Amino acid sequence: MTTPDSTRSRPSWRSILIWTAISVAAAIAWAVIALIRGEEVSAFWLVIAALGSYAIGYRFYARFIANRVLQVDDTRATPAERLDDGVDFQPTDRRVLLGHHFAAVAGAGPLVGPVLAAQMGYLPSTMWIIIGAIFAGCVQDMVVLFISMRRNGRSLGQLARDEIGPIGGAAALVGVFSIMIILLAVLALVVVNALAASPWGTFSIAMTIPIALLMGFYMRTLRPGRVLETSLIGVALLVLAIIAGGWVQASSWADAFTLSPQTLVFCLVIYGFVAAVLPVWMLLAPRDYLSTFMKIGTIGLLAVGVLIVAPVLQTEAITDFALDGTGPVFSGKLFPFVFITIACGALSGFHSLIASGTTPKMIQKESQVRMIGYGAMLMESFVAVMALIAACILDPGLYYAMNAPAGVLGTTVESASTAVANLGFTISPQDLQAAADAVGEESLVARTGGAPTLAVGMSEILSSVFGGDGLKAFWYHFAIMFEALFILTTVDAGTRVGRFMLQDTLGNVWKPLGRVSWKPGIWATSAVVVLAWGYFLYAGVNDPLGGINQLFPLFGIANQLLAAIALTVATTVLVKSGRLKWAWVTAVPLAWVAVVTLTASWQKVFSEDPRIGFFAQRERYADALAQGDVLAPAKDLDQMRTVVTNSTVDGVLAAFFALLVVIVILNAAWICWRAVRATEPLPSTEAPYVESKLLVPAGRVSSAEESGTAEDRP
Amino acid sequence: MTVRRLLGLVRWYLRELTGETAYDRYVERHRLAHPGVPAMPRREFERWRTDRGDEHPRARCC
Repeated sequence: MTTPDSTRSRPSWRSILIWTAISVAAAIAWAVIALIRGEEVSAFWLVIAALGSYAIGYRFYARFIANRVLQVDDTRATPAERLDDGVDFQPTDRRVLLGHHFAAVAGAGPLVGPVLAAQMGYLPSTMWIIIGAIFAGCVQDMVVLFISMRRNGRSLGQLARDEIGPIGGAAALVGVFSIMIILLAVLALVVVNALAASPWGTFSIAMTIPIALLMGFYMRTLRPGRVLETSLIGVALLVLAIIAGGWVQASSWADAFTLSPQTLVFCLVIYGFVAAVLPVWMLLAPRDYLSTFMKIGTIGLLAVGVLIVAPVLQTEAITDFALDGTGPVFSGKLFPFVFITIACGALSGFHSLIASGTTPKMIQKESQVRMIGYGAMLMESFVAVMALIAACILDPGLYYAMNAPAGVLGTTVESASTAVANLGFTISPQDLQAAADAVGEESLVARTGGAPTLAVGMSEILSSVFGGDGLKAFWYHFAIMFEALFILTTVDAGTRVGRFMLQDTLGNVWKPLGRVSWKPGIWATSAVVVLAWGYFLYAGVNDPLGGINQLFPLFGIANQLLAAIALTVATTVLVKSGRLKWAWVTAVPLAWVAVVTLTASWQKVFSEDPRIGFFAQRERYADALAQGDVLAPAKDLDQMRTVVTNSTVDGVLAAFFALLVVIVILNAAWICWRAVRATEPLPSTEAPYVESKLLVPAGRVSSAEESGTAEDRP
Repeated sequence: MTVRRLLGLVRWYLRELTGETAYDRYVERHRLAHPGVPAMPRREFERWRTDRGDEHPRARCC
């Protein structure tokens, strides 16, 4: 088969010079990050290393995958062109689609993971975020997008069933559902930890509900379809809500908005249920517009801030915790746990659901999978790099005072200061209080979950560009708002998606439950989904060992296992379509993620270290409980029982996730073996070739991309 | 590029991204497919478009 490469002209001198310069810049930046010790390293180098590597990855590796491996063909009509119905399927400008796709894949994940992983130092995290994205995350997104596009936009679950078989397909479906539950619980936990005992934050976030309702009614009745003006009004009200939060905190209303974590769980569960059963136009649609604007705006703002301020990293390149596995934020050594903790930003299985959802139905030309699939993931990876920077510019003493579990730190600045000293870092009680005062919070002790830490880091960066120290508290709460806003959107949308999956499955057993318009069915299935994530959220909030500490590894494992399923589907398709020679493109990241996640699950299930192994932890606490003893950080026998229950549930889940993935991989390996042995190629599941008639206009401005590459032209 | 063109480009992008242009596209499509038949008014179209979301949930990622 010929590829566009065989007719390619020789590269020009100009292009050779530019790419040499980019490579040299990236190499110097990597050398600075990796080799300089004991001196201050500027965050600027991280940005250069990231951007340089992305450019090279996009220009060379993504192009190689598109042309050689996937063999994209712009003469072949995409489903958007063939099935154009003006609704689901419609050819969409690739820059617009990139925006849609990016808004759908990027959320709180790439912001939280790197913050937690910062306990291992900036070097391993930076390397995994950048290299992982280029060779694994972006590849997964792009290949799944392509495979789904060639099959009229089938979902990951359908692809797994078609390509691997009923068992693999069923395992993938169960995997997707249970992963979604854990994901929603962990994200909601991040919000709870950010809002607990913070009247300012709680008020601002609570205000997003009336703001969204107002926008919803405005668009429904007054100005149908005027999304831009409605969003502008919404964003203005949002900023007002953040400012008003400061007033509320200083007023007599403060008590009404000072909520305990348990109360917040209750509020979130109720909110999740109501939001999921209300019609989308009221809450979800306007909230989605708001969070998209906030997302793109804030990330842009942060990028500008990092480039202007070029803050100095305070964290070590590699900390002792990375090597001995005793870190307080999450337990376990660098391998495998850094690769679990940073899921989104390097490789995120959840993206495969988006890449096999709406996006493949809207692509104009096959070659655009490179820009949309690979490109959007590079952008998300860059978001993760910036989150890492925001965490690493904080004083390590403050970082640990915020991120170690409450059971370790106690509740006062004095106890936290002592606990941080025991970890080998220093922060005085006065400094800790001053840091809280600067951002307008009562206390920063044990504000786990990543969001508050990121918000402190962002407020440092943004206040030194815009507004100075006086605006620190505003920027802190702006950052909290920004994260909470799209976590709540994810919770709402995720509950709906979970409900539909449940209805779909249960509809096979009892017909009425499958009907999407039967109200009791909707209420019942929504309640099941909300209670499922609500259970883990509640367990996380009440866990004496720290909910984030316990649940985040589970979330990471779940997300990476979904990536393993997606990469297995991708590899199977490559092998079945006679591209065994190129199957390494997805098989190598698959092998890596399988090794990482299965090792992590193994340790989480079988490790004898009670800090890591869930069952070892269970045994330790169950033994003590039998003796009537109380082990710190538990304070009484009830808390002891809580630990025993939680570690049992978590351990069973870790084992269950691993089992699902092993089933999918083994089933796929057998299919691949059959495909390789078969004398004739297995039947293709692709939609048949139809010649494309679509001429893609160059758009309003032709980008450098278009002038530089031949394969983009139809 | 002039400032005016840049602003125009930003406006075009935001309108496309938020789906403000969906109605224009629908009217154009309708005119070609069913000449002479009046298209849905904007209010009705936007309702129909938003309400589709009730039965076609779209996942948001982490």
